[in-house]
Amino acid sequence: MMRPDSPRTAAANPPVQPMETNLTERDLIRRSATSSLPPPERQLTEVAKLIDVSKCIGCKACQSACIEWNDTNPAIEENVGVYTNPHDLTADMYTLMRFTEWVNPETDNLEWLIRKDGCMHCSDPGCLKACPSPGAIVQYSNGIVDFVHENCIGCGYCVKGCPFNIPRISKVDHKAYKCTLCSDRVAVGQGPACAKACPTKAIVFGTKEDMKKHADERIADLKSRGYANAGLYDPPGVSGTHVMYVLHHNDKPHIYADLPDNPRISPVVETWKGVTKYVGLAFMGVAAAGSLLHGILGRPNRVTEEDEEAAEELVERKPEARV
Amino acid sequence: MTNAWTDIKNTDLVVVMGGNAAEAHPCGFKWVTEAKANRGAKLIVVDPRYTRTASVSDFYAPIRQGTDISFLNGVIKYCIENNKVQWEYTKAFTNASYIVKDGFSYQDGLFTGYDEEKRDYDRESWDYVIGDDGFAVVDPSLQHPRCVWNLLKEHVAIYTPEFVERVCGTPKAKFLKICEMIAECSTPTKTMTSLYALGWTQHSSGAQNIRAMAMLQLILGNIGVQGGGMNALRGHSNIQGLTDLGLMSNLIPGYLNIPTEMEENFGSYMSTRQFKPLRPGQTSYWQNYKKFFVSFQKAMWGNAAQADNDWAYDYLPKLDVPSYDVLRIFELMNEGRVNGYFCQGFNPLLAFPNRAKITSALSKLKWLVTMDPLETETSRFWENHGEYNDVDTKSIQTEVFQLPTTCFAEEAGSLANSGRWLQWHWAGGTPPGEAQHDTWIMGQIFVRLRELYRKEGGAFPDPIVNLAWDYKDPGEPTPEELAKEINGRAIEDLRDPTDVTKVLVPAGKQVLNFSQLRDDGTTLSGCWIYSGNFNENGNNMARRDNHDPGDTGAYLGWTFAWPLNRRTLYNRASCDVNGKPWDPTRKIIEWDGTKWSGFDVPDIAPNAKPQDVGPFIMNQEGVSRLFTRGLMRDGPFPAHYEPFESPVDNVINPKIRGNPVARVFQNDVSQFGTSAEFPYAATSYRLTEHFHYWTKHNRVNAALQPEFFVEISEELAAEKKIERGGWVRVWSKRGSIKAKALVTKRIRPLMCDGKAVHVVGIPLHWGFIGAAKKGWGPNSLAPFVGDANIETPESKAFLVNIEPTTPPSEVVA
Amino acid sequence: MNMELSRRGFLKAAGAGVAGTTLGAMGFGEAEAAVLAHVRPFKLTTTVETRNTCPYCSVACGIIMYSKGDLRKGEQADIVHIEGDVDHPTNRGTLCPKGAALKDFVHAPTRLKHPMMRKAGSDRFEQVSWDFALDRIARLMKHDRDANFIAKNAKGVPVNRWTTTGFLAASATTNETAYATYKVVRSTGIVAFDNQARV
Repeated sequence: MMRPDSPRTAAANPPVQPMETNLTERDLIRRSATSSLPPPERQLTEVAKLIDVSKCIGCKACQSACIEWNDTNPAIEENVGVYTNPHDLTADMYTLMRFTEWVNPETDNLEWLIRKDGCMHCSDPGCLKACPSPGAIVQYSNGIVDFVHENCIGCGYCVKGCPFNIPRISKVDHKAYKCTLCSDRVAVGQGPACAKACPTKAIVFGTKEDMKKHADERIADLKSRGYANAGLYDPPGVSGTHVMYVLHHNDKPHIYADLPDNPRISPVVETWKGVTKYVGLAFMGVAAAGSLLHGILGRPNRVTEEDEEAAEELVERKPEARV
Repeated sequence: MTNAWTDIKNTDLVVVMGGNAAEAHPCGFKWVTEAKANRGAKLIVVDPRYTRTASVSDFYAPIRQGTDISFLNGVIKYCIENNKVQWEYTKAFTNASYIVKDGFSYQDGLFTGYDEEKRDYDRESWDYVIGDDGFAVVDPSLQHPRCVWNLLKEHVAIYTPEFVERVCGTPKAKFLKICEMIAECSTPTKTMTSLYALGWTQHSSGAQNIRAMAMLQLILGNIGVQGGGMNALRGHSNIQGLTDLGLMSNLIPGYLNIPTEMEENFGSYMSTRQFKPLRPGQTSYWQNYKKFFVSFQKAMWGNAAQADNDWAYDYLPKLDVPSYDVLRIFELMNEGRVNGYFCQGFNPLLAFPNRAKITSALSKLKWLVTMDPLETETSRFWENHGEYNDVDTKSIQTEVFQLPTTCFAEEAGSLANSGRWLQWHWAGGTPPGEAQHDTWIMGQIFVRLRELYRKEGGAFPDPIVNLAWDYKDPGEPTPEELAKEINGRAIEDLRDPTDVTKVLVPAGKQVLNFSQLRDDGTTLSGCWIYSGNFNENGNNMARRDNHDPGDTGAYLGWTFAWPLNRRTLYNRASCDVNGKPWDPTRKIIEWDGTKWSGFDVPDIAPNAKPQDVGPFIMNQEGVSRLFTRGLMRDGPFPAHYEPFESPVDNVINPKIRGNPVARVFQNDVSQFGTSAEFPYAATSYRLTEHFHYWTKHNRVNAALQPEFFVEISEELAAEKKIERGGWVRVWSKRGSIKAKALVTKRIRPLMCDGKAVHVVGIPLHWGFIGAAKKGWGPNSLAPFVGDANIETPESKAFLVNIEPTTPPSEVVA
Repeated sequence: MNMELSRRGFLKAAGAGVAGTTLGAMGFGEAEAAVLAHVRPFKLTTTVETRNTCPYCSVACGIIMYSKGDLRKGEQADIVHIEGDVDHPTNRGTLCPKGAALKDFVHAPTRLKHPMMRKAGSDRFEQVSWDFALDRIARLMKHDRDANFIAKNAKGVPVNRWTTTGFLAASATTNETAYATYKVVRSTGIVAFDNQARV
């Protein structure tokens, strides 16, 4: 039986009858620390979430819907003199409105730039490439990059590998968390909870192609209102993303709370050898379970000195400047 | 709202002033972003703060809180001077041509007839010249010097761009830019919508703020049309309904009035409610007042309301003062003159101004009953919470009952949204613990009270023991039973007056709508304007057909809108005098030579000839009023007055403090601060992350906006050495609070009358119970004075001082 | 776990802390074969839908409440999720940050569950029965009304006014509750009757 393709919109009422999941192992195109993945049995239509910053009112409905859908429990923090709450992405807050008060030097007018931060679902995902644990990070043919928590070892390499500084390690279970693009909703034909909730439809969801077309219309409207540099943020440095922004000032993404102008995967991760990372997991297995897993150790995976150094460098280096 | 949320998509220009739609009504604001994205509409925001609505605006201008009338009168002046008037509309559909009595004038900030001692006007001269034929005298040429139009021109003459800049602090260039954008909407094919809320109402001149914009909308021809209107966004989910149903001191459901002592009997009550048309052939729909009143009395008292006892007129209380509104009752409470008080889903300890006075007043009650799904600060006003509620528990002798009610998820019924849609909802969850429906609680209290009066007698038991309460279970009337009673039914067979053999509605059946109500006691209806909500066709509020023929945003098959399922009020005014739409692309209804029809229920008799009958059918004139006669206490035109606590004097007449006819209790006079002592202009508001004092109980919303703060400019922060995220103390003549400082570029000092005015913004969502961090609200600081017409507290404009401080002791601990 | 841990450090820590899951990851025979899908099971499956409207602001967005158990069948119904109703013409399925978190209003720890009474001068609420509370309230009302009711003014005109007890009505209750409340309150002659329209 043909399984349905990707959902085309987030504007739908979810089903309550049992549904077959649409995202299975047969739909993976990448799997962390896994060198030979069988090709997917079909190509799902690529999906994308488009965030039109110019329509965003910073209401945080996306954050609220995200918490409720994913059953997370972000901390009730202090006010530190800003609207951004919680203060950063956390293992319990996968998306965050970041508020920037920016005076446009050309007009001298204040612009309150409000950007919904969260996983960009890169076509070329740095987190997945950096991940040493087989199957802890996967990429589906529709573009979703998802964390598989059963396989996560909490090493934090994904955080370092991410050009957008998105994943966070839980202090409770020591696993990495981030936006799943609501893969559980997409799997049954629904769009992400944030896109459904967004009151002004600043967040919309559909096929990547449709989202690009929609972005073109929005950009034309913005240009007609005087935003000459309005444009689509779909950065080529990570081969494009499945979360895109319409920015009024696409010539300077960094003004939007340090959105990287030219994000790219760290060269360290790019030269990282996938096979090495697998060994890391095996070592851990030994440490945990002794000789039960002896057979696996027989496999010819060895950590080279070079890889070890690269890994040290990756995790110990300070975060890159975000401009 | 005159229009509906979904109608906003049809507009060309959205003016958000006196509100913050994006933050307070995000899903309604969607229709603004739709209009922008699909129609190329523009959005203007005028606000003391650069809000989240402003963040998506096309043009923003700052304004000092409490000066909106100057701004709007300035725009009216601009439009008149630059001939940006929809002339055909203004001449035909407003009272511009009506001649005003000679005695009326305006001088030195006051209208004719002011009595300083009474703080009131003799409004006798604020009226039209009435001709020998009993009709108002008009001059359609608008040449007569005493016609409304010429008086209006004269009245707004002082509101020059320079005046606006001086009073409002709005830079002249920005003001003029907004004038230009608004003036474009004077053509018949461009419309503007006004979205406002408490930013306009919570002032001592609140009602006149709204009038000023309504007048502007009328001269631009924007009332009754698609994408136009005066749209009060409203607050709570059913505040529209509670008001429609008359849960106010002086109201009977459907905007009828509770009698005053002057109206000693039904005859004298009705004598001022004849509503004879002031121009030939006009509808003046309130001529049906008696039908609605008698039907209401029958719903209340059934057989005990008869013609020979004037329909139980004496069962109704009669007022000795205009109203026992919340300010008055808390004043009386504080004087020790109130013993018992019910708070049904209400948290006055955080909602009403001058919290110290509210605490003192509640402490003098003998008993207090609260009904709520959630804990409220009010129900625990007697509990000591350190700095956050520093009361002497032992000395408070109030007996308090805290009754747990169900919430929305656990009950069925209808709510009226701001677009007047009555939407039915269904229960889906089991109530927690012993929580009960409010209808059960009211039913249980009533049957017990009735039983006591039946058994023991007592003070005038008649209206209690005779109350019509024939529900299947008197201890809990069902929502369906109540909704049907609101709709109304025939008590006897209703016969066709032109053919008595024909029964229109058999006895016991639901009336179709209020057009079938009668003044002879043969019908009953709890709230005439809702009638049609639940008739023999069933529960129309539960209808769910979301088709939208013509793509107008009307959705006539979706639930039920009062009156008569009409979606846009005054929609007859969307057509010219001959009944053709001003803008054919935005047709609502049209006259086909014999009748009105279209995409909405016409707001006029279906066969009323357009040339004869005016569109404003509720007014005796048949037209709208640029000049309100004596209907408002503080003037027939809006005039500039400062808030009671203002950083600058009234530049028109420095002797006038606040609204000259607003009610001030003697005890509060000494509680007003001056700008010498309290130099900063404070304002209160809501944040999008929270709903009043409810969502602080919710872990999600508490995480999104966890802790009380105040917003100040970088300039004021520098001046007072206040750090971002540091603790500040803010105090007024009435109280002192501590908050985190949010230092922002979104608030800038305003230059008003030659001095820099710093604005301090105070959001209102924190208290001493719930998931969010403990805090205070602006009501600890706000003044105890209300609007001159309807007593809405002046919570949007008052004076404070501010300084850096140490954290509250509990935070340090 | 501190993500700044060195790789050697993480190896050590992980071995101690996450044995179970590591073993789980290893349990797929062919270590490099694709694992089963790890998409979370769809949590609304087999829940019951009920349509309602958001109780917060006056936009009155349509919502769908998803419960375990069906109230209409007389079952205990526990609301597990609330989402916007796409069929609703105004909100089209969207919700604001308050509406999107309605489930946590329904289940707030500070929801009231029992009638409580605070005696004069006491520093605490005590649980009471509904019957006790309602009988007492009716008695207190009658006592005050009988003592302070103004039947006629100085001129002898019937004024049927009770000014020493007041009633503040909710503005998020239904029209039907409001109407029932109106009838009860007005029948007693209470004039200090108001709602939230002003605040």
